[in-house]
Amino acid sequence: MPGPIQSIQRAAEVLKLLAHGGAHQLSVGEIARALDLAKPTVHGILRTLQEVGFVEQPVEGGKYRLGAALFQIGTSYLDGNELRAKALNWSDSLAVRAREAVRVGVLHGKHVLVVHHVFRPDNSRQTLDTGALLPWHATALGKVLVAFGEWPDGELRRFTRHTLDEAGLRAALDETLVRDWAYDLHELVEGEASIAAPIRDGRGAVVGAVGISGPVERLCESPDQPPRLELVSYVREAARSVSRELGGLSW
Amino acid sequence: MAYIAAIDQGTTSSRCIVFDQSGGIVSVAQREHRQIFPKPGWVEHDASEIWTNVQSVVRDALAHASLSFADIAAFGITNQRETTVVWDKTTGEPVHNAIVWQDTRTDALIKQLGDQDRFRERSGLPLATYFSGPKLRWLLDNVSGLRERAERGEVLFGTMDTWLIWNLTGRHVTDVTNASRTMLMNLETLDWDPELVSALDVPLAMLPEIRSSSEVYGTYEGVPVASALGDQQAALFGQTCFEPGEGKCTYGTGAFLLINTGSTPVQSQNGLLTTVGYKIGDEPAAYALEGAVAVTGALVQWFRDKVGLISSAAEIETLARTVDDNGGAYFVPAFSGLFAPHWRSDARGVIAGLTGYISRGHLARAVLEASAWQTREVVDAMNADSGVDLTTLRVDGGMTANNLLMQFLSDVLDVPVVRPIVAETTCLGAAYAAGLAVGYWSSTDELKANWHKAAEWEPSMEPAARARGYRKWKKAVERTVGWMDEDDD
Repeated sequence: MPGPIQSIQRAAEVLKLLAHGGAHQLSVGEIARALDLAKPTVHGILRTLQEVGFVEQPVEGGKYRLGAALFQIGTSYLDGNELRAKALNWSDSLAVRAREAVRVGVLHGKHVLVVHHVFRPDNSRQTLDTGALLPWHATALGKVLVAFGEWPDGELRRFTRHTLDEAGLRAALDETLVRDWAYDLHELVEGEASIAAPIRDGRGAVVGAVGISGPVERLCESPDQPPRLELVSYVREAARSVSRELGGLSW
Repeated sequence: MAYIAAIDQGTTSSRCIVFDQSGGIVSVAQREHRQIFPKPGWVEHDASEIWTNVQSVVRDALAHASLSFADIAAFGITNQRETTVVWDKTTGEPVHNAIVWQDTRTDALIKQLGDQDRFRERSGLPLATYFSGPKLRWLLDNVSGLRERAERGEVLFGTMDTWLIWNLTGRHVTDVTNASRTMLMNLETLDWDPELVSALDVPLAMLPEIRSSSEVYGTYEGVPVASALGDQQAALFGQTCFEPGEGKCTYGTGAFLLINTGSTPVQSQNGLLTTVGYKIGDEPAAYALEGAVAVTGALVQWFRDKVGLISSAAEIETLARTVDDNGGAYFVPAFSGLFAPHWRSDARGVIAGLTGYISRGHLARAVLEASAWQTREVVDAMNADSGVDLTTLRVDGGMTANNLLMQFLSDVLDVPVVRPIVAETTCLGAAYAAGLAVGYWSSTDELKANWHKAAEWEPSMEPAARARGYRKWKKAVERTVGWMDEDDD
């Protein structure tokens, strides 16, 4: 069997680099520096990627960004704005039933990107945090996304004395795979908990997570116990309903 | 008896949504129906197909949540407004396809009827092709033998609420909100107006009885059918805008801003419509001012289907966020003229401010911003007519999922924009009105307590930038008018 093809590996590195920037664009020089490659090499890779539509150069001689063709073929790629549109009704219903704030998230590097946020239904003053980034390892949303995805690189910062270390997290993720839902207890903020479940697309791939968060007194029977099963069932039902909207479930 | 089921008979599909007592959605079912285009400008629906779909979605919505009819305390109805059906009283067969609100076949008849404001004081409406009365008149004039049969009392007229209630319960009734869109009802008496009926030359015998929006009209499978509201009025009700001055804007294909004006109709000096907001049982009717924008979501659909730069409506936000502003481009989507407050049928769309700098991202921005600027124009007209400035805009509809648009809307209106926790306010309004009629909810106060903020966008635009943007928008609007000539089709 032949070994890995270096130019494909390099092309993949270039795409990953551009993907991390989101809407933001990079020049040949910036990419060459970041990947420690010669500029002509990077230029050649970009020209080839441009030909197949995987990158675009909006201005002749300017910076590069990911191309539209890439988005069309991504197997589990789902536009965050699309996910919000599909999740709208069911996240509202979840907020009404659980009486807690709802967030829908997708994995973005080592963070959870909040693509949708529904206020806790008590008309108190709250600020919309759509677009915010949450640490994956200290939230139920992040645990769900990583359990069904890839372990992101990076340090696991301790936010409270309850924030899990790598061993604790590995065990929690195994549990998440079995249960199909996850929770956090005082792991990001002392006194707060969260519950989340996976959203699946038509191929069964996990493309996002939906969950609730709030004070442990409301989410759990007691401050050191897992969350109340009634709330878990609401979260899981919401996740199933959004998955059904995405064609991920036939019922 | 734990739930209320709302039937939403819309322009492109029929849906049934089951709600629980807190107003949460328990189940949804939806079926699209055919759009029939016999000629340019003509739009029809098959009313029998719609009735079949309604029965299916009711069945499906109950099945999805493992419910039976015994679990439903009442059905509520909300519907596409003004769409006109005539059917045989004995067989129940429609005599012709339903003529849809967008259909412009009555254009010549409207011109012949004279001055645009001729019926405004009695009906609250300007003479325009949307309303049902002229569509009914077209059927009477063009379906062979129909006028004679109508005079003999053999055929019945109705809007979609009436068609559904007749099929569901056997009664021939409509509600005040739907009746207020026929151009045949007197806004003060809330009854058919003899002068309007005679001006449009429509036999009184075929018109339904006008009832309130919230009362038991009859039963279907043993369940009371207990509300009917036109879709925009239902959204007003679902947003619990029960006090004068409270209003909402629903973003769908077009956008509709309605403001409750209390128990007296307010005549508009600024191109808005006067309409009935709702009437609960024997209580006095609540009136509303309405401003309609023809093209909002439809522009995003056009951008997706005809331009092809995005593959789903939600992706427009992704594309728009690739740039920081509109680059100077403004898009006025006067595809079929301008609605409120301009009412210029000779206008056609323009993209103004094009330079070599403009990219598809800028165009996506301009597409979204068009919805916000058009709302601003209607809000300005509302403020002028009502004498009170809007302090918060309550929004609903599919486009509220677009964060970029909602933020920009708040920026250009310079007021907070608030989305309630159930974005499906149209269905919720029909459910609320039905639930009130059967005592499932005790009062409008209880409904108000169900209303919760799901999201709020605060204005953050510099006043100078807002003023400059609005100035450019108005200049772009000026460039749309007078495009159509006498010899254009």
